[in-house]
Amino acid sequence: MNGNIVAVHGNLVVAQARERVVQNSISYCVRTDGTRLLSEVVRVRGQLADLQVFEETRGLHVGDAVEFHPEMLSATLGPGLLGQVYDGLQNPLPKLADKVGYFLESGHYLDALPEETTWEFTPVAETGATIQAGHTLGTVPEGIFTHQIMAPFNLRGEWKIEKIATAGTYTVRDEIAVLTNDAGQSRSVTMQQTWPIKMPLNVSRRRLMPTDPLVTKVRIIDSLFPIVRGGTYCIPGPFGAGKTVLQQITSRHADVDIVIVAACGERAGEVVETLREFPELTDPRTGRTLMERTIIICNTSAMPVAAREASVYTAATLAEYYRQMGLNVLLLADSTSRWAQAMRELSGRLEEIPGEEAFPAYLESRIASFYERAGAVELYDGTIGTLTIGGTVSPAGGNFEEPVTQGTLKVVGAFHGLSRARSDARRYPAIDPLDSWSKYAGIIDRDKVARTRALLARGNDIHQMMTVVGEEGTSVEDFTLAQCAEFFDNCMLQQNAFDEVDGATSAERQQFVFDKLLEVIDIDFAFENKEQARQTIVRITDLVRNWNYAATGSEEYEALLGQIDAFIAAKGRES
Amino acid sequence: MRKYYDDVTKIAGSVLTVKAHGAGYDELAVIRSDHGESLAQVIRLEGNQVALQVFAGTQGLSNRDKVRLLGKPMQVAYTDDLLGRIFDGSGRPRDARGQVEGQMIDIGRPAVNPVRRRMPDKMVETGIPMIDIFNSLVESQKLPIFSIAGEPYNELLARIGLQADADVIILGGMGLRHDDYLKFRQTFEEGGVLGRTIMFIHTAADPTVECLLVPDLCLAVGEHFALDGKKVLVLLTDMTAFSDALKEIAIIMEQIPSNRGYPGDLYTQLARRYEKAVDFDEAGSMTVLACVTMPGDDVTHPVPDNTGYITEGQFYLRNGRIEPFGSLSRLKQQVNGKSRDDHRSIMDACIQLYALCRESREKRDMGFEMSPWDNKLLHYGKLFEDRIMDLSVNIPLFEALDRCWEILAECFDPEETGIRRSIIDKYWPKASSSPAEEMEMASA
Ligand SMILES: Nc1ncnc2c1ncn2[C@@H]1O[C@H](COP(=O)(O)OP(=O)(O)OP(=O)(O)O)[C@@H](O)[C@H]1O
Ligand SMILES: [Mg+2]
Repeated sequence: MNGNIVAVHGNLVVAQARERVVQNSISYCVRTDGTRLLSEVVRVRGQLADLQVFEETRGLHVGDAVEFHPEMLSATLGPGLLGQVYDGLQNPLPKLADKVGYFLESGHYLDALPEETTWEFTPVAETGATIQAGHTLGTVPEGIFTHQIMAPFNLRGEWKIEKIATAGTYTVRDEIAVLTNDAGQSRSVTMQQTWPIKMPLNVSRRRLMPTDPLVTKVRIIDSLFPIVRGGTYCIPGPFGAGKTVLQQITSRHADVDIVIVAACGERAGEVVETLREFPELTDPRTGRTLMERTIIICNTSAMPVAAREASVYTAATLAEYYRQMGLNVLLLADSTSRWAQAMRELSGRLEEIPGEEAFPAYLESRIASFYERAGAVELYDGTIGTLTIGGTVSPAGGNFEEPVTQGTLKVVGAFHGLSRARSDARRYPAIDPLDSWSKYAGIIDRDKVARTRALLARGNDIHQMMTVVGEEGTSVEDFTLAQCAEFFDNCMLQQNAFDEVDGATSAERQQFVFDKLLEVIDIDFAFENKEQARQTIVRITDLVRNWNYAATGSEEYEALLGQIDAFIAAKGRES
Repeated sequence: MRKYYDDVTKIAGSVLTVKAHGAGYDELAVIRSDHGESLAQVIRLEGNQVALQVFAGTQGLSNRDKVRLLGKPMQVAYTDDLLGRIFDGSGRPRDARGQVEGQMIDIGRPAVNPVRRRMPDKMVETGIPMIDIFNSLVESQKLPIFSIAGEPYNELLARIGLQADADVIILGGMGLRHDDYLKFRQTFEEGGVLGRTIMFIHTAADPTVECLLVPDLCLAVGEHFALDGKKVLVLLTDMTAFSDALKEIAIIMEQIPSNRGYPGDLYTQLARRYEKAVDFDEAGSMTVLACVTMPGDDVTHPVPDNTGYITEGQFYLRNGRIEPFGSLSRLKQQVNGKSRDDHRSIMDACIQLYALCRESREKRDMGFEMSPWDNKLLHYGKLFEDRIMDLSVNIPLFEALDRCWEILAECFDPEETGIRRSIIDKYWPKASSSPAEEMEMASA
């Protein structure tokens, strides 16, 4: 043993070390019953090491032993990650349940990848070839993907392949290659490797400007506030406004290869929903279950707080790993506020000088470097991999003027702000079309987007005015404008998440509908009075909403489209 | 051999610090003073300094008092003999009956592995239409009642406790007024459920921090009954008192507050308790209902705000009624699709029409003229409030649905309700035929 506990305060333990201590390395606090509690060194002061313990510290004593290890907290990477359900430290939860039952008892750590599973390995690189970190040595099929077995990411300089395994079945522990370098070092390589979770994993030729729209099939996002592959976005909103539902929908329909769901400090029940439903749902792109393209990292609110802090980094590392294979990965983190709160708790115990709302001064830089892990990269073999990060934010009191929301808004490329007013009015998804923004270009022409946004803003102004002066004091033209804004809101922006057809709209259909709505808005109605305006717009709204519910190309779809076209041709006048 | 420590270095607020060896974090100690023995919990270890949170408060403790370490966390006896019993905030009998013997279980145990949870899918009928129809309560749900002081939240809680068909009811009182405690007891007694009720009661007269153990005691016992296959209902009132006790300790320990004096880990502390609500795979379930009084009727106050982020919806109690707007059961869609095929239609239509009624009322109050449609809505709003929203209404779900149909038929033509034709055909009351149908019949 190489240290002893001298103080315990919540999940912070101070240990007196007798040997070398590495910042951010792992250690174990050993309970008197022998249970070892995983910890991380978060501060070193002379021979004193401050440890954040990833478990409940109940039952630790001053004087209890501490083991220090040189390596940093790391994720295990290799085939078999897809479809897994992990806790924040990458313990597979189903296996843990088999082993210890209903509860997450402290001190049980299992291998992240099943050691008994065998994989069909095909070598790609040849003996004698010179390679570097991240180069593909071979491949194994993993579900619908060709999983690349890459040379360890922590290799420095050039290495030579001394030996590589022939095609055949191997476990993640079997040696598949031996590498040597000029310095005469030799390294045995298996299909699994580790990477420190707090260090970005990016072995690529260069970073690219992300421009490729990522279609989520949520109309208000794709049409007005688009996101792109390799970009970042955030969803702040008060409780119950629909952040989680929005992420759940996105995790199902987003046009990417792999989705990593990081349930960070939120409800266990929501994870259970995903857990139970995904294996039953087919991914229309592949015909296989959604679970085969998903990894769930869950550190729910009742699980130890420090592991919550680690969970988003674990998720990011797994996501980056698949990006290294040239895949498009989407990481959804719900909620980044809980991660920030975990930092705040630790910072408070370390008695650091607090910033606003007691968050640590480095909050903003931590948020920035987390989102910075997203990006589109050109790999050494010329293929492009992307990692998109979308995080929810849960601001206290639903007020966006708070450190986490503000720190996030500074660094993300798109902002989908949920509003209490819209969710109360059941206008789902409750993204506020007036406050939200995106710096990315999407599937709809920028000019058209600008026009509709102006219409929505104008409609809102008129509506505000009407609450003061009443309908009487509003002109027919203004009234019509407000009705058109309402029509667009109803038909494009609102979407019934629970309807099979309306719940997910393809890019092509969105473009087609968008143009159709513009045709309606552009009609020179010349209404004689407001009642006529109201009735006419209600009629077309009803037609389009029903059209939204009709499967593309179905008889009903064509029939409704015919009626809508007739409406446009007749300029809204009843024939 | 019993070892005592009496080198007390500090007494402040409800925290006593003593020099001692071998204290385990989060474990218990007993302090013996002139006033008897009081229970304390280790909340910080630093060298040989042990900070103890004294549940009964530190009034009357001295720097020569004797501290004994128990070497174990807070425990509670688990046995069927708990049923019908009443304890205080530290788990001591409050009902002049003896100690309970049984298997001793730790409180504040680890979280349930999510993969061993079931998807909740069983409705809990309460007889309150505003819940059953509009925001159905689901077994294993965690749901708070947001209320301002003075609203009948404890009555509502007691009523749900009585009506819900639970095997075991556990009531946790924090800062409970003695009258309210007696009322709970009376209600449960008259309802004949006292025999399957367990109470952990901390009253307003008890030391504030003693209420900190109440939720953990209730939930630990409840969890074990649920593991034994029982359907458990836990009622906690008032979680704002619990949060205030947390705040008090945080301030004494000189933690930097995050928001209005509350500690930064308020969310975590509350979540660890509420998340105990569970539907176990292959065992029983535990449903948690809590009262959260909102200081100043402000839902952005840290306690209701953090609660809303944790629970699966909330009921707003205002003017003696459960508000249809703002109230939300996030699990209702798991159950309201399979109760009766008109359930969702009625739920949507009645609320939409009631929202329109409120708009008409606003218009009326601003002096605008009322159209015939406005008048229909006003009439509807009145009936809906009296026959459905009123908390004294106590009827089963199907009867409540039928009653909604009657109200609709009394006020509207079928197509004005926006309800799908097929549902209208099946459920629209035939006896009191609507004006439109009368005309149809006349012309036929
Ligand atoms: N797109 C939607 N369509 C229909 N209903 C929705 C939609 N989004 C949200 N809701 C309703 O709102 C409820 C709350 O949504 P959700 O759980 O996503 O909120 P949240 O913003 O994640 O809240 P919290 O911050 O408390 O986690 C859902 O249970 C559902 O009833
Ligand atoms: Mg959520």
